This record gives sequence, structure tokens and C-alpha cells, in this order.
Amino acid sequence: MKELIAKRVAKELHDGDLVNLGIGLPTLVANYIPEDIQIYLQSENGLIGLGPEPTKEEFNRNIANAGGVPVTVLKGGMFFDSAFSFALIRGGHVDVTVLGALQVDQNGNLANWIIPGKLVPGMGGAMDLVTGSKTVIIAMTHTNKGEPKILKKCTLPLTAKGQVDMIITEMGVMKITKEGIVLTEINPEYTVEDVRNATEAELIIDDGLKRMEI
Amino acid sequence: MINKIIDKEAFKAVLKDDMTIMFGGFMACGTSDVLVEAICESGIKNITAICNDAGFEDRGLGKIIKNGQVKKLYASHIGLNPLVGKMMSEGMLEVELSPQGTLVERIRCAGAGLGGVLTPTGLDTDVELGKCIIKVQGKKYLLEEPLRADLAVIRGRYVDRLGNVVYEGTARNFNPVMATAADLVVAGADEIVETGKLGQECIATPHVLVDYIVKEEI
Repeated sequence: MKELIAKRVAKELHDGDLVNLGIGLPTLVANYIPEDIQIYLQSENGLIGLGPEPTKEEFNRNIANAGGVPVTVLKGGMFFDSAFSFALIRGGHVDVTVLGALQVDQNGNLANWIIPGKLVPGMGGAMDLVTGSKTVIIAMTHTNKGEPKILKKCTLPLTAKGQVDMIITEMGVMKITKEGIVLTEINPEYTVEDVRNATEAELIIDDGLKRMEI
Repeated sequence: MINKIIDKEAFKAVLKDDMTIMFGGFMACGTSDVLVEAICESGIKNITAICNDAGFEDRGLGKIIKNGQVKKLYASHIGLNPLVGKMMSEGMLEVELSPQGTLVERIRCAGAGLGGVLTPTGLDTDVELGKCIIKVQGKKYLLEEPLRADLAVIRGRYVDRLGNVVYEGTARNFNPVMATAADLVVAGADEIVETGKLGQECIATPHVLVDYIVKEEI
């Protein structure tokens, strides 16, 4: 299911895009980048040109991703400090950021950094990424074990207000518009009714609703 | 010429209770092991720590926190160190979370002599609580205030005898910014080289910012 979501997210990327992928499911997107395009992955701890896991020979303890996991850097890649990294992020130089969510609502609000009293991981770079990136894509499972995550209004503390552009789940593709959430693609394994039942927010069905491209 | 190279024991002599200490590094990548070890051994208490994250329980700042020496932590992320979340909920550790880009800019401000930074990050979230909102050119921003320290603990891949620092890979992260924002700056060095050996375009922290150099035990 995660692979399916990651595959669909990869289709949203364009040749030359600077992209930041969050920890977890979004990281998988890197495995499905179409071969005919070149994208550049940023890691907010200070690099562009994020490559795959290192082999034993390639391992360097001074080259890691934002999760602290060892990585490699591709040809043409480079390093910089955290102030510059976030200048890129807040300054609007990142084309697409892909991250997970605890909740998203029909006004494009996102909650993904805290569950008060339960889980306080901190926002890390998420607030800056969501605020500064040109396009914000939420890649997640449609519900939390049946509990809707796509809501009329987020109940958890927000990461940012009105910044989400698109939600991609195993059930389909949704765009956040001024009118609300529009379902533009649906996974043929589900009916529109299934998607509605798993979504608390009002769902507008696009006139040209398509089969989810995977 | 001043000799900036000291050993771990001499470094302990500058440590005091109640210090505010900045730690370079991102999930312990780029955090000085020798200086963290020295702080643990010194037993100083009531540290206010400023670091991107809480490291791991057994690596980076996490070791000092586990040792019960930290009173307050400024960070952007603590999720990868479960002990810190536990200590926070039990009231043993105060944590102030800042968005990562805001945290580094607050430090940069302090080091650059600026009175704060205006950022859109955190608007309409809990981060804006108690902060001044300022409109510039029709857009709203949060005023985030400078963050300084008594001591900055940084780490370089190569440090020359004069104190010039070259970083490697993503170990650079908060290190060069923190080197500007503390009264005393101590650099852990993977290798200490003769002055003149480092590429002049590669030096990311100029020697004038570095007070002491301690060789990493690797």
C-alpha cells in the first residue's frame, strides 16, 4: 500500500525539481522517480543530491540524512550549513515537499508534529518546509486504522495553516481548492462511497474523475 | 602565537554549573564526542542546552541529558530519543521546541548582532503564542528573538593550529552558525593540521571565532 502511494507521488515530480522527502513513507518516493526526468533531493540537514544507502565501502559517518541514517551523495551534489538549508526552504527554492500527516483538513491545514500528552516529537523542519515549499503533497494512508485523518477541521495543533496542495492516499488523489477537497483520481479497488466513508471532510468529486495512475 | 590546542582535562576547567551550551550536530552527526564525554565526566549541573535535537541516548547530547545534567533544552526535534520525551513528561527536563529553520536563524541573529528574525514559519500555530507579529510589505511575520550561549561545542573534520575549521559532509549543519553565537567556542578536531594546509576557500569557520581546539579520540 505504501509503495502504491509512493509510486503515485513520484508522478507529480517534474524534470529539474528540487524536492524534499519526509521521513517514513515519503522516503519511498525516491525509488519510483521516472527514468526520463532528473530531480534533486534535498535533505534539510545540509545537502542536495541525496543518493541511495551506502555500500560498506561508500559509508562515511559524516554523510547522513535528516533521520540520522547514513546516505550517499550523487554527482553534482553539495553540502551546506543549516542556515543556508533553511534559506532554501523558506525562500521558496524547494519545488515540492512530500510529507506524512496525522490530520489534514479541507482548508489545507496540516497537523503532523504533536499529539498533546501522548507524542511530542517536535516539528523539526516540517513547519518551515510546509510554509516555504512551492507545492506541498501529503502522502499517507487514508485513515488511521479506520479513523479518518482527512477532516473538516484539524483537532490537533497545526503545523501550518492553508499550505497543503494535494493529498495522495491508497484510495486516490485529492486536490485542495478554495471550494474544498476535490477527488481527482480514484483507486479502482474502491468506490466513491468507500472514499466518502473514510473521509470526514466534504469530498467534491471531480467531473473528470480518473482512475488512479499507478 | 597563542596555543589553542588543549586536552580534555583543560577543557573541563572552563565548565561551570548553570552554563548555557550550544552543541553543533544533527542526530549526533557533527557533534563532538570528546567534548560531550568531558562534560559528562565534569558532572556540571543545570545546563541549558541548545541543539537541533536530543541526539541518541548513547551518542551526542543525549548522553549528557541521560546523565541528568541538563535543566532546559532548546531543540527542534526530540522524537528519536524516547528518554527525553519521558524526562520531559515527568518534569525532569524543560524543553522548548522551535521550528528547525527558526532555531538556526535565532542563533545566527545572536552571532550576527541582529535583534531577531522575522519568519512566516509558525504563524497560526502554537509557535506564535506569546510572540510579536509584525507586518512587513503587507505580509505577516513572527518576531523570533536571538539565542546566545556561554559556550559553543563544535566539531570539524580538519582544524588547523590557528583554529580554522573545515567540515565534512552533513556534519557541518549547525556548527558554523553556533561558532558565531557563544562567548567561548571550543572545536573538537578529527585531525589537527599545520596552519596553511587547509584550502582557503574551504574554511567554513574562520580561526578568529575559535578559542580552543581539542583532538577527538578516534
